[in-house]
Amino acid sequence: MTHSFDDISAQLRRRHRKTRWLKGLSMGALGLAALFLVFFFTDMLIKGLPAFSQAQINVEVDYSEQASQLPMAAVSEDMRPLVSRGYLRLVPSRMRDNPELQGTTRSEWVLADSQVDQYLKGHHSKLSERDQALVDQLQAQGRAELRFNARFFTSGDSKMPELAGIASAAVGTMLTLLVTLAVAFPIGVMTAVYLEEFAPDNRVTQLIEININNLAAIPSILYGLLGLAIFINFFGVPRSSPLVGGLTLALMTLPVIIISTRTALRSVPDSIRHAGFGVGCSRWQVVRDHVLPLAMPGIMTGAIIGLAQAMGETAPLIIVGMVAFIPDISASFTEASTVMPAQIFTWSGEPERAFIEITSGGILVLLAILITMNTTAVVLRKRFERRW
Amino acid sequence: MHTDQLLALFCAMLVLLGLIAFFTARAKATKVRTSGTHMTAQPDQYGWFGVLSTAAPALVVSLLGAIIMLLMGAEIPVAMLLVVSIAVACLGLVCGLIMVKPEFHARRAIETFVRWMLAGATLISILTTLGILVSIVGEALRFFQMQNFWDFITGTVWNPGASFLEAAGRAEEGASAAQFGSVPLFAGTFMITAIAMLVAIPIGLLSAIYMSEFATPRIRGIAKPMLEVLAGIPTVVYGFFAAITIAPLIVAAAQVFGLKADFNNALAPGIVMGIMIIPFISSLSDDVINSVPDSMRQGALALGLTHGETIRDVVVPAALPGIISASLLAVSRALGETMIVVMAAGMLPNLTANPLENMTTVTVRIVAALTGDQEFASAETLSAFALGLVLFVVTLTLNLVSVIMIRRFREKYRINNL
Amino acid sequence: MNMNMSLNMSLNIPASHESLSSMNRPSSGEPVSRNLSDNHSLGVRVRDLDLWYGESQALKSISLDIYQNKITALIGPSGCGKSTFLRCLNRMNDLIPSVRIKGLVEMDGRDVNDSKMDEVALRRRVGMVFQKPNPFPKSIFENVAYAPRMHDIVSRKADVEALVESALRDAGLWEEVKDKLHQPGTSLSGGQQQRLCIARAIAVQPEVILMDEPTSALDPISTATIEDLMDRLKRRYSIITVTHNMQQAARIADYTAFFHLGEMVEYNDTKAMFSTPHTKKAEDYITGRYG
Repeated sequence: MTHSFDDISAQLRRRHRKTRWLKGLSMGALGLAALFLVFFFTDMLIKGLPAFSQAQINVEVDYSEQASQLPMAAVSEDMRPLVSRGYLRLVPSRMRDNPELQGTTRSEWVLADSQVDQYLKGHHSKLSERDQALVDQLQAQGRAELRFNARFFTSGDSKMPELAGIASAAVGTMLTLLVTLAVAFPIGVMTAVYLEEFAPDNRVTQLIEININNLAAIPSILYGLLGLAIFINFFGVPRSSPLVGGLTLALMTLPVIIISTRTALRSVPDSIRHAGFGVGCSRWQVVRDHVLPLAMPGIMTGAIIGLAQAMGETAPLIIVGMVAFIPDISASFTEASTVMPAQIFTWSGEPERAFIEITSGGILVLLAILITMNTTAVVLRKRFERRW
Repeated sequence: MHTDQLLALFCAMLVLLGLIAFFTARAKATKVRTSGTHMTAQPDQYGWFGVLSTAAPALVVSLLGAIIMLLMGAEIPVAMLLVVSIAVACLGLVCGLIMVKPEFHARRAIETFVRWMLAGATLISILTTLGILVSIVGEALRFFQMQNFWDFITGTVWNPGASFLEAAGRAEEGASAAQFGSVPLFAGTFMITAIAMLVAIPIGLLSAIYMSEFATPRIRGIAKPMLEVLAGIPTVVYGFFAAITIAPLIVAAAQVFGLKADFNNALAPGIVMGIMIIPFISSLSDDVINSVPDSMRQGALALGLTHGETIRDVVVPAALPGIISASLLAVSRALGETMIVVMAAGMLPNLTANPLENMTTVTVRIVAALTGDQEFASAETLSAFALGLVLFVVTLTLNLVSVIMIRRFREKYRINNL
Repeated sequence: MNMNMSLNMSLNIPASHESLSSMNRPSSGEPVSRNLSDNHSLGVRVRDLDLWYGESQALKSISLDIYQNKITALIGPSGCGKSTFLRCLNRMNDLIPSVRIKGLVEMDGRDVNDSKMDEVALRRRVGMVFQKPNPFPKSIFENVAYAPRMHDIVSRKADVEALVESALRDAGLWEEVKDKLHQPGTSLSGGQQQRLCIARAIAVQPEVILMDEPTSALDPISTATIEDLMDRLKRRYSIITVTHNMQQAARIADYTAFFHLGEMVEYNDTKAMFSTPHTKKAEDYITGRYG
């Protein structure tokens, strides 16, 4: 009946192999997730980084009388397909603003058409063979090159890929998040303080808790339906405005802030509260002067994470109409506006190939901001983390 | 005067009145105190009470007015409303000052007020739920007045195309009557959700097992934030990635096997959605596995079980309620996910079991119904709310079941941090 | 550890032990253990065992012999290292990453800390019962049947059932649970759960059973049941039990080892230990001066 160690070990070999299998398999699963992440970021960088540079060509611009009527005339006919129509369109107004340009001919670096841009980046381009040869020739002469695309960060949306920028969406995002923060943060913190510090532990409180947990897990698109039906149709908040978007996102972010604030409040040990009561503070004074300051880093972390989540949210904003085409940057809470994820969504629907690049570029900007926000939250948490 | 200027003036006056209230109330209290009378609260507290009694009634009056204007459509001149509010503020100021007496407990009054305010904030979350319910149910009911409920639940053809003509009173011009059979939408939704779960549950669960059972603290320290990054990527980015990168890959791969795949196949959004959901499953499962008591593991190891057997037969079964709960939450997440399917799945309702074909989902149709230039009262627009209602009921049920399961698990092992 | 060296050590106890042994038995120069145990075969031999948790040393040069078919009790104030020592015998300390072990623990002629020793194979022969009952989240039947099935001790359904029954009978639980074998193990009372854990350990057919304060979480009646059980079990198994209840050690143990601050101060026949302790520390502890 008794076995020696060697007998048992021999019999065990198969079972040990299964452990190694499980270890390998689970490691593989994690590796797969890591691999995806690497693939995803590489893919986005390859697709999106070219968006930050843009083709410019050096051409003779003729500020003639004719050009002020018919902008096309400003450049020679063979160069015309290479120059951005968006640039040409602005020639008359520039002539009006700078009268000294009138009648002169200058050699200028101008924005190239997106097809030239794509061609120079080695992507598929619809340029005719003649134009391709011309671009090659210009490049050889040093008259066509890729430069940093500052316009991408300073201008609004456009139907022409070489003109499209993320600035109007960024401003829209900022305004929307301001509304979200202004509504969700105070209400969320107050709710959490009430539930954690004041509310009696009864059925109603439990129901509210379950309700909040549920709100956190409801599909975001339903918040869009709520925003549409209540804010727009019932209260008459202007459609597509940062106000309605911000309010919708605020309701969505509220449970996140409540839950994280409650966790932060709960991590403040009761001994602190007892000490406060012991020196004769009222409950509110204890909360205001002792508990809240200690819980603040945790609350801020939760708020940042909630905001980052709201910032990446698209579906409810589409429902409340924030997919508007916004070429100009406007800083109003009540006028039509768009946000960065919605802008990405709009661009991704554009048929022109150059927009893939623009979309990916926008994605890189959005991801950079989100990663910064989340890192800040993590650093904040690490920095102020306290072991009681 | 312009409304904005009026508002600014109103706010300025309110602040001024508040300041006056604070300082006079405090001065009065200080005077009473220096005269040697014992007071139940401190002068500052009387000051704050003055501010409260001035501003709170005024704000309530102006808010009430605004709500009445919005809801009842009553025409109250803004200027008049604000003047009335200011008058109320002045009245409040006077009352507040009169109430500054030694036996009056100012601190208790303030705290009662604070308590009510906090409770009021809590009300917002309930109102949100009510708002979702009322808005969705209300509009869905309107939809079901136009369309048969059973046709909606059991119909296999979704063709809202002609509904706007009906809404415009030109139904006879439509080539065919609009049909709202939601079965193909649900089929598509479940297909994509199933694909997502096939990706997310094994990878998420195995990752959690690796992190909590095998990994060194260092690897754990890297892996956990890495998975969190997956959860932090916006869905619109995943959608773009699915449509631009994964879908063509799948089409190419299908060609290798001699199959034909649509660019808007169900596989691409399903796989990408699965990847997005991995962290939801892994992080909750990781927590749950970590909270399986160590005594359980030791009991198994002490019987001469290998590490693998301990995990498979003791740890995972013990953690099962938590793992199932995490998976249910993930399913609810996948059902309601919008952007990935809007961007990568098809628009055409298609009842098929082939994941390589074009399919659409509930959320896609909701977006499609609400982004067109439609009259709000058209059946197509309202159908979005009917679909939303179904989505709400299903996800709510899943969430509740999940909450109950995790609570069971917590009670079983007396864990408080889940 | 080198095999040669360990053999050496087991043959003649190194000089460093002289001091320990002489401390145990100040009256004679003979090592304690040899005196107590001429007619018992050896179960586990421990020589010069040191153990560190990180930097702090938890066991200091422990040497003792544990005899087959006897109950050996380890007593001492809390934190004295008795549980740590117990866990060395089936290498449960491997689970704690910071633990470092030096010295010999020998079973069946093999050093259990040897790198070639499979800890799973060791634990198969050295069962363990814990302080708090920890039945698996499975049925009563599965709790007992699971490990033997894994170890291929039994495979046919009838054999499994027979084994479960005999293990439960040996643990004195059969009559109480035979009608509800498929209810979860956690549905039993604390004392029943602990006996289930003992049945679970017996079912693997080990040779040594380690018990880490098996009754400290139980009520007096359950404790008495388990003590009776241990007395019956020692006919077939060597039992090593940690207890901080001296009355219990006096009642059930054949031998008792007294640990203090990581050292084994005295090891003796239980009767001798409790009637005429040789060391001042043991005497103080037994008479309740500290502990």
